Parts: sequence; C-alpha cells; structure tokens
Amino acid sequence: MPNEERKIVLPSQILGDIKSNKAGRGTFIENGKIISEKLGILNANSNFINVIPLEGRYEPTVGDFIIGVVEEALSAGWLVDINAPSPAFLHVNEVPWDVEFGDTEKYLNRGDSIMAKVSQIDELKKFQITLKDRNLYKIKGGHIIEVEPSRVPRIIGKKGSMIALIKKYIRCRVFVGQNGKIWVDGDTKSIERVLQTIYKIESEAITFGLTNRIEELLKKDAKDVR
Amino acid sequence: MELDIKLIDDNGKRLDGRSAEELRKIKIEAGVLHRADGSCYLEWGGNKVLAAVYGPREAIPRHTQNPLRAIVNARYNMAAFSVEDRKRPGPDRRSREISKVISEALEKVVLTEHFPRSAIDVNIEVLDAEAGTRCAGLTAAGVALADAGIPMKDIPVACAAGKIAGQVVIDLGKEEDNFGDADLPVAISPRTNEILLLQMDGHLTVEEFNKALDLAIKGCHAASEIQKKAILDKYQSIEGAE
Repeated sequence: MPNEERKIVLPSQILGDIKSNKAGRGTFIENGKIISEKLGILNANSNFINVIPLEGRYEPTVGDFIIGVVEEALSAGWLVDINAPSPAFLHVNEVPWDVEFGDTEKYLNRGDSIMAKVSQIDELKKFQITLKDRNLYKIKGGHIIEVEPSRVPRIIGKKGSMIALIKKYIRCRVFVGQNGKIWVDGDTKSIERVLQTIYKIESEAITFGLTNRIEELLKKDAKDVR
Repeated sequence: MELDIKLIDDNGKRLDGRSAEELRKIKIEAGVLHRADGSCYLEWGGNKVLAAVYGPREAIPRHTQNPLRAIVNARYNMAAFSVEDRKRPGPDRRSREISKVISEALEKVVLTEHFPRSAIDVNIEVLDAEAGTRCAGLTAAGVALADAGIPMKDIPVACAAGKIAGQVVIDLGKEEDNFGDADLPVAISPRTNEILLLQMDGHLTVEEFNKALDLAIKGCHAASEIQKKAILDKYQSIEGAE
C-alpha cells in the first residue's frame, strides 16, 4: 500500500492549487484550483494529484491487455465489445490469420471471446485493438466473469502478487483483462474456488491487508500447493 | 375553491409543524441496485424516489450520437401507485417535460466531452409522491451519477421554494403545493452556485422571487451536505466491515 491513509474524495472536491501541484488523472482545473471530477481515492504522487476511481466504466489506455466479445463481423474487421463506452475495432491486418476480404466470419463471429491488446486510441476516442502479440488468441473453453474495472488492480495485486497467490494454491489458468473481464480455466471445482476468491477480493478491495487474508483463506483448504 | 385549511397557523408554523425555512426530512442511500452502474434511493418527506444510472455506453439509435460528446438521457417516471388516484402508466406531457429539463440540468455538470458518441442513461422512478418530486428526482440522480463513477464538475442538487398564505417558504408540502400561490423549483451546482434548472408555477413579485430563490439555494446547500454524506457512507460501511 503506497500511503497508509486512504482518503475518499467526491466530485467537485477541491484538492489543491495549480501553483504548488499539478493536476493528474481524474481531476480538472478551474480558477487555479485542482478539483476532483469523480468519486475515488486521493493519490498524491511527485507533485501530481490523482484521483483513482472507485467505480465506473473501463477507460482504455494503449497497451492494456483485455478480454473482448465480438459484437459483429464486418467486411474488413470486427467490432468488439470491451466494456468501454463504445465498441473497439479489430482490423483484419491485426489478426494472426490470413483473412480474405469478406471472409471475416470464418475466423471470428458474434459471441466469440478474444484476448487482445489495445493498440490505438484516436482523439475521437475510437479504440483499435490487436491480436498480434504474445499470448493473444481466441478463447476456447473456460469461464469468463465480469468484475468492476476499478477493482482489477487489486485482483492482480502488486506486481501480480494476488494472482500469483491464486495460481499457487489452486490448479487453474487465469487471465485478468484490464477491462474487468476475467477468464478462468480448469476443472469445475477449481473454477468455483477461483471465482469465490475473486469475488471476495472485489467486495473487500478497499480494505487493508487483503493479500494476507486471502492467502490464509486459500491455505486453509489447499490440497496441492505448487 | 373555498379554502378551509390554514396553511400557516398563528404561531407561524406550517401544516406539518415546520417553520418557514425548514426542510422536510431527507434520507439518502447510495448504491442500492446491483445491476445498475450507479444508483440511489432517496426519501424527501413523503417522496420516495429511486434513481439508476447506466453508462456511458454506445448511444442507440445511432443518429442520436454526438461525435464530440456524450448525451445524457434522463427518464422521469411516476409509478401508477405513487399518487392517491391511480396514475395512468407511461410517459405523459408532464413527465416528458420533467425528463427534458432534468436531462439538460445534468448535461451541464457531467463532463460529456470525455465520452464521444456515448449515452448516459438516468432513470428516475417516483415510487411515492408528495410534492417536489422533480427536485427529489434530480437530487437522487446526482448521487446516482457520482456512485456510477461518472466524471462531473459537481454533484447537482435541487430544492424548491414557494409562496403560501402570502408568505415565502421553503420546500412545499402536498397541501401547500395544491393550495399555495406559487412554486419555484431550483437546481444548482453547489460549488459555483450556478443555476441548472429554474421553473415557476404561479405568481411572485420581484422581491418575493428573489427571496424565494435565496431560500431555495440555501435549501440546496443543506441537501447537498446530505448527498455527500450518503456517498461517503457507502464506503465507510465497507471499510468498517473488516
């Protein structure tokens, strides 16, 4: 935990002055004052005042790994729902297959899930995603759940500590998308345990010492620790 | 119509025992619905209002999309059982007007330019009505928007003032609204005191109007404190549950 005190701020709360600080994410400037624009946790980082949101839709950033569901196959690509305010576009050049024009439905169709990466965001907030990276592919089998996107950092943990914990105690494969979609694969029982753990993390995301408590919980009914 | 009730008694008290500058009791709870992105339940005197926010999401139908900013769709609806005689369900002239003015008030505070081509849907459901439902609805919508994590410049809040028995008072009750002389609902952005909504029903002189407006803005600030406390309470209760 970066700072011991976690202060919740409301929209319209005045956080500082532009003379002494810089306005970071989740803030705006009016009359020389830095003001919070959403409900979140105050985070001051080397002169920048940021507000880390507690709720809200996923806001894509370039380089995010995400899980998307194909909405529509177009002639030159696909429209993919990535939990963002508008769907993202996946161009035929951005997939590892050699797709002929108009043959997009053969490869991905409505309802298919993919692991992808956000590759481009233009000034009109049109999102482009790509499948051309390591470990990105169409999802076959497994289970996808949705969590609050603002809780994803807690589920991943510091440098992936929380997710490493889950993988250590439960035999499963997990992929956490930055957009709040999580893919879990394994046998039915372990999927169920992973989901339980993730929901617990989600509901207690803003409490302290969560990693330790989750470890104790997992230890209790762990059979084969790797 | 012959008026046989006294709206203000000899001691200066109103029908429900309030003084001229006293609000009805307000109770707000944030985040009551699980399927919505943000929600709020509000009780304002006898009003019971539920507000739910969805989005920002792709605006449908597509021709309503604005390529530069998000649109805010507020939908005000009264339940059939919210009034004494059953209200015919569905949108009518009155609720469409209220939906429109609330949408425009909310659009002024939400940072719509963050979400081009999207829509933010706000559903306001009046479960029980006792005068001043548009103010109650807008106040609930403000909390629900904050709970949904939507970026905005301020949490909007509304309160009414009016004139009964020749005297300017705050926050009219049911009888006061029906038999009073004027009603003035006002919505403001509490940080800047900008007016987001202002309507008037009845007649007021300029002095009375100014007095009523000041009173309503004072009421807005009082309601705003309750709004902020409600949002913070939602998170305090999680932290306390360790």
